[in-house]
Amino acid sequence: MKKLSARRRHPLAAVVVLLLALLFSGGLYAVFAPTSKAEADETAQSLTIEEGKKLYSVGCASCHGTGGQGTSDGPSLVGVGAAAVDFQVGTGRMPAATSQGPQVPKKKNIYSQAEIDQLAAYIASLGAGPAVPTEEQYGPEGADIAKGGELFRTNCAQCHNFTGKGGALTHGKYAPTLEGVDPKHIYEAMQTGPQNMPSFPDTTLSEKNKKDIIAYLDAVNSSKSESPGGLELGGLGPVSEGLFGWIFGLGGLIAVAVWVAARTAKAKKS
Amino acid sequence: MSTAQTRRKAPAGERVADWADGRLGIYSLAKANMRKIFPDHWSFMLGEICLYSFIIIILTGVYLTLFFHPSMNEVEYHGSYVPLQGQLMSEAFASTLDISFDVRGGLLIRQIHHWAAIIFLAGMFVHMMRVFFTGAFRKPREINWLFGFLLFVLGMFTGFTGYSLPDDLLSGTGVRFTQGAILSVPIVGTYISMFLFGGEFPGTDFVARFYSIHILLLPGIMLGLVVGHLILVFYHKHTQFAGPGRTNKNVVGMPLLPVYMAKAGGFFFLVFGFIAALAGLATINPIWVLGPYRPDQVSTGAQPDWYMGFAEGLIRAMPGWEINLWGHTLVLGVFIPLVVFGLFLGMIALYPFIESWVTGDKREHHILDRPRNAPTRTGFGVAWVTAYIIMLIGGGNDIVATHFHLSINSVTWFVRIGFFAGPVVAFIITKRICLGLQRRDKEKVLHGRESGIIKRLPHGEFIEVHEPLSQEQMYTLTAHEQYQPVEIGPTVDENGVERKVKGSEKLRAKLSESYFGEGAQIPKPTAEEYREITSGHGHH
Amino acid sequence: MSSQDIPEENLPAEQSAGHDEHGHGAVSPADDKHPFVDPGLPPHEPRIQDIDERAAKRSERSVALLFTVSMLATVAFIASFVAIPVDKSVFIFPLGRISALNFALGLTLGIALFCIGAGAVHWARTLMSDVEIADERHPIEAEPEVREKVFADFKQGAKESAIGRRKLIRNTMFGALTLVPLSGVVLLRDLGPLPEDKLRHTLWSKGKLLVNMNTNEPLRPADVAVGSLTFAKPEGLEEHDHDFQNEIAKAALMIVRIQPENIKDKRELEWSHQGIVAYSKICTHVGCPISLYEQQTHHVLCPCHQSTFDLSDGARVIFGPAGHALPQLRIGVNEEGYLEALSDFEEPVGPAFWERG
Repeated sequence: MKKLSARRRHPLAAVVVLLLALLFSGGLYAVFAPTSKAEADETAQSLTIEEGKKLYSVGCASCHGTGGQGTSDGPSLVGVGAAAVDFQVGTGRMPAATSQGPQVPKKKNIYSQAEIDQLAAYIASLGAGPAVPTEEQYGPEGADIAKGGELFRTNCAQCHNFTGKGGALTHGKYAPTLEGVDPKHIYEAMQTGPQNMPSFPDTTLSEKNKKDIIAYLDAVNSSKSESPGGLELGGLGPVSEGLFGWIFGLGGLIAVAVWVAARTAKAKKS
Repeated sequence: MSTAQTRRKAPAGERVADWADGRLGIYSLAKANMRKIFPDHWSFMLGEICLYSFIIIILTGVYLTLFFHPSMNEVEYHGSYVPLQGQLMSEAFASTLDISFDVRGGLLIRQIHHWAAIIFLAGMFVHMMRVFFTGAFRKPREINWLFGFLLFVLGMFTGFTGYSLPDDLLSGTGVRFTQGAILSVPIVGTYISMFLFGGEFPGTDFVARFYSIHILLLPGIMLGLVVGHLILVFYHKHTQFAGPGRTNKNVVGMPLLPVYMAKAGGFFFLVFGFIAALAGLATINPIWVLGPYRPDQVSTGAQPDWYMGFAEGLIRAMPGWEINLWGHTLVLGVFIPLVVFGLFLGMIALYPFIESWVTGDKREHHILDRPRNAPTRTGFGVAWVTAYIIMLIGGGNDIVATHFHLSINSVTWFVRIGFFAGPVVAFIITKRICLGLQRRDKEKVLHGRESGIIKRLPHGEFIEVHEPLSQEQMYTLTAHEQYQPVEIGPTVDENGVERKVKGSEKLRAKLSESYFGEGAQIPKPTAEEYREITSGHGHH
Repeated sequence: MSSQDIPEENLPAEQSAGHDEHGHGAVSPADDKHPFVDPGLPPHEPRIQDIDERAAKRSERSVALLFTVSMLATVAFIASFVAIPVDKSVFIFPLGRISALNFALGLTLGIALFCIGAGAVHWARTLMSDVEIADERHPIEAEPEVREKVFADFKQGAKESAIGRRKLIRNTMFGALTLVPLSGVVLLRDLGPLPEDKLRHTLWSKGKLLVNMNTNEPLRPADVAVGSLTFAKPEGLEEHDHDFQNEIAKAALMIVRIQPENIKDKRELEWSHQGIVAYSKICTHVGCPISLYEQQTHHVLCPCHQSTFDLSDGARVIFGPAGHALPQLRIGVNEEGYLEALSDFEEPVGPAFWERG
């Protein structure tokens, strides 16, 4: 104890206390914050509607009703199709937290792909809807990147930004970033129109169109896409460029100016 | 000197100089200027940042014109950027892609050009604020202030016409906005729009027209203004901060040859090198991801470059007022921001004349004010900057909303209210801070600097030892001038005839009172006060 | 104004300078009467380089080194220009996958230039004299005698020209000078056509099919699902057309389908086809293509200035700077079952203007 009291006046003591406090509160948050609890039922082996129904009654029925007919807390799922389930559950948006903000955010997915497939099969059995796309549909083979770019700028860029960095909608809603989103989920989102996003069904945006769009996104907004000019600055356009120009551009030059104008060290002082 | 013999012996450099002097009279010019004195202070170099970035912009701009095609002919792209191959685009856009991907070093020059433009405008803004807050705009420099202001405004429009040239989707959206704003002008709006665009929007003319404005008309005027600005700086000699040996009648610093020449010349290379490295490290305006302009396409985050951001904010925050009367439409929702844009900028441009009218001071001023010693001016300046920044936030309200998880509607309301409330609050707070700092200066002069050393007196009392200031510091802290408020003279003359007091006179007295009246400045310490305290017992 | 001039004595007195203008060092020590007098320029203090030749040599070497680095960087610039292909990309943390050539050229050019500057400034700071010099200022305004002389000269010149006496010459000259710029103004006339009613009409007319922007096929009602968003152009307008840009700038269409019972505006319902409504895609504020459609709220937001319109209520403005609702296109279905326009827009699309009415 004596040692501790002697050291608590050390200049770094405050920093240490701060770090400890941060660790503690972080730990507390981790304990109490809502996390993925629903552990996968590993015994599930076959893709049966029955299994899906079980999962549904545990994870979804409280909001969407026992038969998927919808309640005041969640819309009807009849006819949304397997693609909608695969998107909503696969991106972690569903099941949603009970108290939501303006929009249900993307979060960590708590189901295995097998379970999602079971859920999707069950929902698909309630009414016909778009099926989960196959890799052939959303894969990059045979896609026209340039056409995809044009389609993206016509249909998607207005909300998701030129290269899919996302953007604002009304009253706190937003179009999320498309960076790192599974091509399958992008395809499903176009098909089904999750939350406030309008849908782009095959009748107005053909399968080939969707493939092109995904290929374009893969070219300009993925880990392998290039930014020839250097640092991308978030890809947000003039706002981030202006900030960067002020802080690093002008800021750096002013620092240089301070050096140029500063007095040289005098001999006396040394 | 005049004998043939000495001439033959003179070194080559001297002979060339003699030759030039005989034709240009350079010696009398050099006599006055070669050892001209420039004071050293980092904030005096802000203008140099602007000058040098302007030169860099001209150099790189000339290079870009060698490759750019200012044409709106539609072509199919077959260059090396894959995600746009086969797309229809204007030649302007295609040639910008070629500069970026097929001309070696073209991308670097493009990025230097654009980064330098961003820094040029930012530098002018900060330089203008430096001049404003130190009162360097006072007589005899009012005209140079206006030159500088014009450079800033012309710089904004040169920048705007420049980033519109590639005809990409983002800048095209900006041009569309400009056209919509022009349409809102009462009576002549549609005519101006038709004449500017050669018909309906977008037409096939605006790139070529903006091009000649961007590379010839505006830079030509700006170059003239820059030269005038510099000549006046030389002619007036630079201002300086108050300090020992620095008076209103002298200028203290380093001579042009050699120190200032080496520093200023070196600084050009520093600025150029810095911006070149920046352009090698960070992308600016990647038009290839924006795509070619089409009037039916758009992207979110549609913002102009930062210097137009405050106008964008005004437009975004304005409610949608529209009046329909007698078959005509008055588009106030667009036209009011357009007018406010001009008035708001004009306000800062005319400030020097307002201040000199209020003070009635017709003398020359070469010693700079510390901002704290002119609380009303400083308050006004901070209020202006506050409104400017709030509008900048408004111009990026969607980016602010997504990055701080706010509602775009709340951000817009914040901006709407903030535009009016913010400057008022900023003015009051700034003035108070200035007065507080004035008081502290006075304390320091009268009681000395707090040394942090605690002393116990024999009778047990603890005191902090105050170190008296040096003569230099004392002079510096008391060198500023303080005006007295103007009063309206006697309203009745000696013959008892009542004189009419003009409204402007009353206004001036009122303004003067708020500038220099009670509570608007802290009287500086007088010799009597100082004597009284120092002749007392100890200092605490 | 002259009555408002402030007498000199009201202005603050300038600080008394108690020393000789050019002097270094304290000239007049403060006394009781003037405790705050200007002590004059402080004496010059030497730098290390001024008294230690070895330090000066070190500075010299640093300056020379900087200039040498600059030379090397220029060589590297030229070498990169020659050696690195224009389309080569490299991954450099934290910049990302960037153009190798741009990076190399930017950095070498930056170093080459920066080192010249750094060398020159270091030279100036450490080796050139740093003795501060005071230079006198002279008033900008001329001496009264000069002023008198200028005025006298001017009067003389004006008198000799007789401009004041021969008013006819003066007046006709002003007249001519005022008129002559008009030629320049007239020349600007052919910059563009007159507005006439160009802003009032679009390509839409009765019977024109609604063609899907994405597939270039005419749309059928069944193609448009509730909650979907589709963009359309008038039949016959192709991307390669000469006037495509001008026409699409007015004719671009945004099509959504709303359950008819959710449509609040009577006219909107009338002009729709089974809940399929077609609105102009061009914002009525300043003409951005507006299309940030929220399918649950039926709100559509403009990405440029956040004007928000309610598509289920006649597209009236519910937020932002737009002044009036988006124009709706009246649509129906032709015999072959395709969606068609029943007329042009009834009001001008896009931003408002003076003659709009």
